[in-house]
Amino acid sequence: MSEVATHDDHHDHVPSGIGRWLFSTNHKDIGTMYLIFSLVMLFLGGASAMVMRMELFFPGLQIVDPDTFNNLVTNHALIMVFGVVMPAAAGMANWMIPIMIGAPDMALPRLNNLSFWLLPMAGIMLILSMVVSYLPGTGGQVNTGWTLYPPLSVQAGMGMDFVIFTIHILGISSILAAINIVTTIVNMRAPGMTWFKLPLFVWSWFFTGLLLIMIMPVLAGGVTMLLFDRHFGTAFFDAAGGGDPVLFQHLFWFFGHPEVYVLLLPSIGVLGLVIPTFSRKPLFAYKPLVWFMAMLTALGMVVWAHHQYTIGMSLGVTTYFMIGTILISIPVGMMLMSFIFTMWRGSMTFETPMLFGIAIILMFSFAGVTGVMLAVVPADLQYHDSYFVVAHFHYALIPGALFGLYAGVFYWLPKWTGHMYDEKLGKIFFWWTTIGFNVTFFPQHFSGLAGMPRRIVDYSPQFAEFNFISSVGAMAFGLSHLLFLYIIIKTIRGGEKAPDNPWEGSQIGTVGLEWNLPSPPPFHSFTTPPTIK
Amino acid sequence: MIGVRKFFVRRCLLIASSLFSLPAAAEMKLNLPTPAATITQEIFDLHMLTAYVATIIMVIVTAIILYALIKFRKSAGFEADLEFNHSWFGRWSWVLVPIIVLGIDFSIAGSATKTLQSVETYDDSDVTVKVIGSQWKWTYEYMDDGIKIVSNLNKNIPEDNDLYLRDVDNPLVLPVNRRIRFLHTATDVLHAWWVPEIAYKKDSIPGYINETWTVVEKEGTYRGQCAENCGTGHAFMPIVVEVVSEDKYDEWVNGQKVAMAAADAEARADKTWTLAELMDRGEKVYATNCTACHQANGEGIPNVFPGLKGSKIVMADMAAHLDMVIHGSKANPVMAAWGKQLNDLELAAVITYERNAWGNDTGETVQPSDIKSAR
Repeated sequence: MSEVATHDDHHDHVPSGIGRWLFSTNHKDIGTMYLIFSLVMLFLGGASAMVMRMELFFPGLQIVDPDTFNNLVTNHALIMVFGVVMPAAAGMANWMIPIMIGAPDMALPRLNNLSFWLLPMAGIMLILSMVVSYLPGTGGQVNTGWTLYPPLSVQAGMGMDFVIFTIHILGISSILAAINIVTTIVNMRAPGMTWFKLPLFVWSWFFTGLLLIMIMPVLAGGVTMLLFDRHFGTAFFDAAGGGDPVLFQHLFWFFGHPEVYVLLLPSIGVLGLVIPTFSRKPLFAYKPLVWFMAMLTALGMVVWAHHQYTIGMSLGVTTYFMIGTILISIPVGMMLMSFIFTMWRGSMTFETPMLFGIAIILMFSFAGVTGVMLAVVPADLQYHDSYFVVAHFHYALIPGALFGLYAGVFYWLPKWTGHMYDEKLGKIFFWWTTIGFNVTFFPQHFSGLAGMPRRIVDYSPQFAEFNFISSVGAMAFGLSHLLFLYIIIKTIRGGEKAPDNPWEGSQIGTVGLEWNLPSPPPFHSFTTPPTIK
Repeated sequence: MIGVRKFFVRRCLLIASSLFSLPAAAEMKLNLPTPAATITQEIFDLHMLTAYVATIIMVIVTAIILYALIKFRKSAGFEADLEFNHSWFGRWSWVLVPIIVLGIDFSIAGSATKTLQSVETYDDSDVTVKVIGSQWKWTYEYMDDGIKIVSNLNKNIPEDNDLYLRDVDNPLVLPVNRRIRFLHTATDVLHAWWVPEIAYKKDSIPGYINETWTVVEKEGTYRGQCAENCGTGHAFMPIVVEVVSEDKYDEWVNGQKVAMAAADAEARADKTWTLAELMDRGEKVYATNCTACHQANGEGIPNVFPGLKGSKIVMADMAAHLDMVIHGSKANPVMAAWGKQLNDLELAAVITYERNAWGNDTGETVQPSDIKSAR
């Protein structure tokens, strides 16, 4: 090989212009695009939630009509699930997994490009689903909520077709990304990076990927049947034609319950790095935790019908789903125990990611115990479809998924940008957003128990106090994200130079190779495999 | 804009004053409403058991975390104990913790299974009520007595009244201390009939019959509302149940039977009705059955529910009008087939009303005999 060619090999060639992003096969660039996409969608989903909470400030109809309200309910959920949490988690997987396991890139870089660029298309379709109903002759709005239960979803207008195709595109994107990530983890680990040396984040994404591959096709099938019922005269879900409206619920929740773990697991993985780092102590019970995550994955696939206790299943079937659901407390309890005893006899400091970590353990435990309450069938026959459920799943998903991702953002911002974020602003954001979140959702447990159903645009004055508190909290919670955006932009634009390894405790326990690279890492990293002792 | 601001400030003050005045704060309900039936009492006790277990777990977890936060911090000079993970607890926690969690699980699952069995016990009942959900009203059929009641939102209650969105025109009337069987179904989309004090919920699903039961132990008025999202009017289909003494109930049943026989005889009577008579009756039928979608002013909601004022079908094509009301719309499943729900006289009256109200003024009347032949 000539001198020049050798030199070229080591030159960090970065393509320029729009082509760098459009045709990117670089895992770091694609990861960045995923993260930016989810940040944009976060504001869209958040804004729709804030309009809903403004409407619910007082009894009476003030801002939006009932169909627009429930269309916002639908879009808020779809955006937050498919547009924010999943892309953000996928973005972190893209960025971090190759440099954690010592791979030069993802296993299938071109596929990676496709799975990202499908997302903005799906995002546009989703926005169109809301806009299209304002054109004449397009029928009613998508007022079903994200569960899209027929027959209501068969009644809805053209917007529903846009939602169905949005879900198809999102599903393809998720399946491709999941295949890519699982393949990378299985095949691209550097020599010596054995399975039980993997950082917990990699493990959590391994299980997430498997789940996605198993469940997304079922949802795609379900909504396709819905499309056929709407337009091609089939009667899968139409009782009058010999179909069964409940079948859709089974298909949806066969996807929907594991989907909860798809949202949750990557953030659990982030916590598995953040908590040991700032406790300066290896992750407690790492190996059992991995096995219990596998158990959670398996158990999560077979308990879906606890979302539909009220459809009238037989005593035997209901009992099975109840016991199965209660048993989920074992792997989840094991996870929380593992994090708590990582902190135990550690040497803790309280940077922003750690603050989020501790708050997550507390608030997610709370979601766990209300989850056990909901799992109990007779009690659920009272809680079902009330605000108690709304409060429960927001306690599970905002700390469990979203705050975990925030912890990841603060943990890795120095690595991604090469700059330290403003610690003081980070802490202000943590307190502002955590207090806002609790003021919003804690009172909803009470309005639910008092008898307030979900997805209602207007309510009786007996629920007024709790809704007022909740709306005030929601405004604070929503606005706190402007500070989040400011912190991120400020960090990208400059700030204190970040060292290769900004966190004192990050090299303790089962760690990845990301902290051995410079901050920010070069465009091409690990072009030759590193060796792990 | 000034109006909006004034409204906002007034409402804020109102709620703030109720938040900070003690008697009102004491009324803020923090728990499920006090049960008034045996089965809801049993569920309530189970709910309290799980809620206490949940509280105890949260207290323990919070205490451990708080202790750790105070004790094991770097600023307090605590050095990480790297041997802790290899202590006996570190090695055996993966057995110990699941066993503890399993113990808690089984203590809950035991009581839960017992209560579930009472929920799913289908003994003979004294009264059977078929509860039918439709967009957006409830229809109650007393299976033993042939009584049918249509229950609509009472729209005449202002927003600041406690009964706003919680009151109906015709409540369900039930006897105290008798076993009631509810059969749940729906005509169009999913609904869920839920009255927390006396009846847990099971979904009303088109093509399904779901069964629940209750024995109410206390007379009184109980309120609830539809719990499963059923579209535009989901927030506007409340439930009111009047539970009365057995004597009063029997009296009420007899009164209903007499009234129904009279209405039936009237509808069958071979009589030609005048426009004024039909308009008068039609207005009532319209208000009960049609206003949820087509609105009281007949203008509907643009792009969602078609208006009847000046509509082609209503103004001209009589056959199409009869067909639409009796058999429903083939293009739009939201428009129900009213032929099954209203008698000939009611149908004749409401169609006459639609053809003459809101300035439609066709002057045409539809007689019950026309309906009979169009069915």
